[in-house]
Amino acid sequence: MTTILQMQGITKTFPGVIALDDVNLTVAEGEIHALVGENGAGKSTLMKVLSGVYPHGSYDGVIEFRGEECRFSGIADSEKRGIIIIHQELALVPLLSIAENIFLGNERAAGGVIDWHETFSRTRDLLAKVGLKESPQTRVTELGLGKQQLVEIAKALSKEVKLLILDEPTSSLNETDSEALLNLLLEFKAAGISSILISHKLNEISKVADTITVLRDGAAVSTLDAKGSHVGEADIIRDMVGRSLNDRYPPREPKIGETIFEVKNWTAHHPQHSERKVCDDVSFHVKAGEVVGIAGLMGAGRTELAMSLFGRSYGTNISGTVEMHGRPVDVSTVNRAISAGICYATEDRKTFGLVLDDTIRRNIPLANLGGIADGIVIDENRELAVARDYRERIRIKCSSTAQEVVNLSGGNQQKVVLAKWLFAGPEVLILDEPTRGIDVGAKYEIYAIIAELARTGKAIVVISSEMPELLGVTDRIYVMNEGRFVGEMPTKEASQEKIMSLIIRSGHRN
Amino acid sequence: MSQEAIHQPAVTKPAPSGTAGASASFIRKHMREYGILLALIVIMAFFQIVTNGILLKPINLTNLILQNSYVIIMALGMLLVIVSGHIDLSVGSVLGFVGALAAVMIVQWDMNYILAGVICLAVGAVIGAMQGYWIAYWKIPSFIVTLAGMLVFKGLTLWVLAGQSVGPFPRGFQLISSGFLPDVFGIKGFNLLSMLLGVVVVAVMLFFGLRSRFRNRSSGHDDEPALFFFGRNFILAAAIVYITWALSTFRGFPNVLVVMALLIAVYSFITSRTTIGRRIYAVGGNEKATRLSGINTERLVFFTFANMGMLAALAGLVFAARLNTATPKAGLGFELDVIAAVFIGGASMAGGVGTIIGAVIGAFIMGVMNNGMSILGIGIDYQQVIKGLVLLVAVIFDVYNKNRA
Ligand SMILES: Nc1ncnc2c1ncn2[C@@H]1O[C@H](COP(=O)(O)OP(=O)(O)OP(=O)(O)O)[C@@H](O)[C@H]1O
Ligand SMILES: [Mg+2]
Repeated sequence: MTTILQMQGITKTFPGVIALDDVNLTVAEGEIHALVGENGAGKSTLMKVLSGVYPHGSYDGVIEFRGEECRFSGIADSEKRGIIIIHQELALVPLLSIAENIFLGNERAAGGVIDWHETFSRTRDLLAKVGLKESPQTRVTELGLGKQQLVEIAKALSKEVKLLILDEPTSSLNETDSEALLNLLLEFKAAGISSILISHKLNEISKVADTITVLRDGAAVSTLDAKGSHVGEADIIRDMVGRSLNDRYPPREPKIGETIFEVKNWTAHHPQHSERKVCDDVSFHVKAGEVVGIAGLMGAGRTELAMSLFGRSYGTNISGTVEMHGRPVDVSTVNRAISAGICYATEDRKTFGLVLDDTIRRNIPLANLGGIADGIVIDENRELAVARDYRERIRIKCSSTAQEVVNLSGGNQQKVVLAKWLFAGPEVLILDEPTRGIDVGAKYEIYAIIAELARTGKAIVVISSEMPELLGVTDRIYVMNEGRFVGEMPTKEASQEKIMSLIIRSGHRN
Repeated sequence: MSQEAIHQPAVTKPAPSGTAGASASFIRKHMREYGILLALIVIMAFFQIVTNGILLKPINLTNLILQNSYVIIMALGMLLVIVSGHIDLSVGSVLGFVGALAAVMIVQWDMNYILAGVICLAVGAVIGAMQGYWIAYWKIPSFIVTLAGMLVFKGLTLWVLAGQSVGPFPRGFQLISSGFLPDVFGIKGFNLLSMLLGVVVVAVMLFFGLRSRFRNRSSGHDDEPALFFFGRNFILAAAIVYITWALSTFRGFPNVLVVMALLIAVYSFITSRTTIGRRIYAVGGNEKATRLSGINTERLVFFTFANMGMLAALAGLVFAARLNTATPKAGLGFELDVIAAVFIGGASMAGGVGTIIGAVIGAFIMGVMNNGMSILGIGIDYQQVIKGLVLLVAVIFDVYNKNRA
């Protein structure tokens, strides 16, 4: 098989950090090459070097693509050669239509006048290729994340793509959408398009990848051939973290006490379509020392439930009661919810979780400024001590706590969000997709934090779309579908099949 | 904890660095702050030379301070507004309106000027609060609300003054702008009180600077290299001592300077060291995340505008006292000078970034250029062009710096 891409001796430094240290990467024509590694290992950085986001001259090393040396000065250059990257964060313009997004910057036009007929018909072809049935005129905001991801891919296909780079494409997709996306990659492979896939979901990797390159601390530590023989996940993990990881979940002996947190008849309506109920008469409770999971598909209303509970941050016309230790509490503003001991760590860290341009040090205490201040005067030394403590405890990988969070890798940003809520000292902590985009090692650490919190008598709610995760860390699971709780079971008796069948059955009822 | 066993601590390999590397990376990070201070020094040196030393003459220094006091006072409020991610275009009109109100109350109604001053500050705060209400709670863009405010108060100024200039003010009121610290020691030609005050300020500044440096050191803060710390403090101390000395040989500290210095100190402290300041930066950086951290973002924005209104009112009093009359033209276009000062000082249009000291230095850069060019007799036409270009260059420098990082 011929080589399509060869990256040699790539070194890239940022002030105070060596993000890539003499990395070599070889991709064969028509293969799916997986890139794995811990958070902050340098995967995204390597792909940004390849696609010209970091232009030639800002790194050391040589890139050879289809036999020619490339010196890209920007994304446009690499796209011209057929290298298309889909970034970790989607880059679609929400208020434009699918067709406009696909041909943005590449408009089907004659003399500056857009040929809508051609635009729409080509869009329809492209959408068919990625298996989307939406009209080309649908606005992107109206699509779910999974479909937006497919639009991104259709956009890539609208250009002459030779090498497709996907940076964590499935991290916010549910299992069916992920499955569809992976099948699409296999189809592209059959059509001769090579791709590089970055993912923390090792089961996906072992399913589709032909070759796996493992990055650790900015260096390529191994390249595994995954074609004929089946490479075990254990092998990948060993190379990623530098030693083998025997258990995915920390051992735990639940000591469950009294009920701390109880929600009764919680109903919330959609902010725009006020007749639609996003949460419909939901009741649940969590006991001291208990970890409770909420399972469900994307769009089941789990995030909406959590956010409406947390200071009415979502929804209108909300009714129902919240009790702490058997007494009703006021959760009508975020501040009151926090004072009542309820905290919510968001699933969308960029929009709702972090002040991106600010430092780690200043992000962590934001929900509990009183904790680092005397009266209204901030004690910077205490602030620093707090930041260092969390950096150590949950292993936030950074050059210093004065680093801006925007420059952290995705997984480490997630840890900063967690640190922020841990510092707020909650009694009830609602974690929404707490391990999205996080590597296996760090996942374990986060599970260990959850276990530790539970051990100290806190009540934890975990919302997750990864069922193995729910089965691994919780004591009890509620199943949610279309705004309602449709089932409850102790985790000991739960299984993926059982949860899925509850969801499907409840869907049939109406 | 049990996860210790899982894998080695994830430490990031530091880039090779010696002391040279450390100061190089420090400069890169703080390019903006040093850049602007350097720019002010260069601009002052330039005008000092081309005006044959007139710029730094005691009488001109005094003038410079009086001329710029109201811009600086408003820049303090504007910095908060801009950091919180908004803008206030109405401040020039509010300044004019409050000056007119003061004139009518004091000159035409014979009201006690202290009472009138207090009423004016309250009116300013209410004006700011009204605009802030629409901006914070109704989410109407601040650009539009304050553009409306700008027109409304320009019109109201005309109405209050009935198109006429109203003045002069009683002596006591004028003292806000034209008064100086009393010469309690009675040395002829030298205001010892001002000199002593200046020296005390420098001493206090150095004390706190050293103390915080010492503390940061002991807790291992990554902080500025010794050379920079001492260099910066030396230049600042020398500048303050020189200005103090120069002013003392003339008539001493103007009252306005004392008010201004106090305000600068208070607002610096608020922005850099208090929870309120921290929240304002957070709102500008990411409003949604800040709200979900339990911070009442609406109330914060509301107060930022109320505060701006009050400072605009104070500036209106200072300005009216300085002209000794209220005119319908007062404050015309001042909002642009104030906003320019804040942006030259390194604040970002997007919010979340900027410092009080930067804004003050930005205001002085504009002020020194105005003053220097007037001494040179450069026409108002060229002056505008040059000031516009300086603003543009400052912002380009910002963007360039940011992209390179
Ligand atoms: N602009 C930047 N300035 C400073 N450091 C940076 C910058 N961009 C990335 N880094 C650092 O480079 C390292 C590699 O980051 P990168 O985003 O490539 O990690 P990643 O492997 O994609 O991780 P993840 O799985 O969490 O997405 C990290 O330590 C990160 O903090
Ligand atoms: Mg990444």
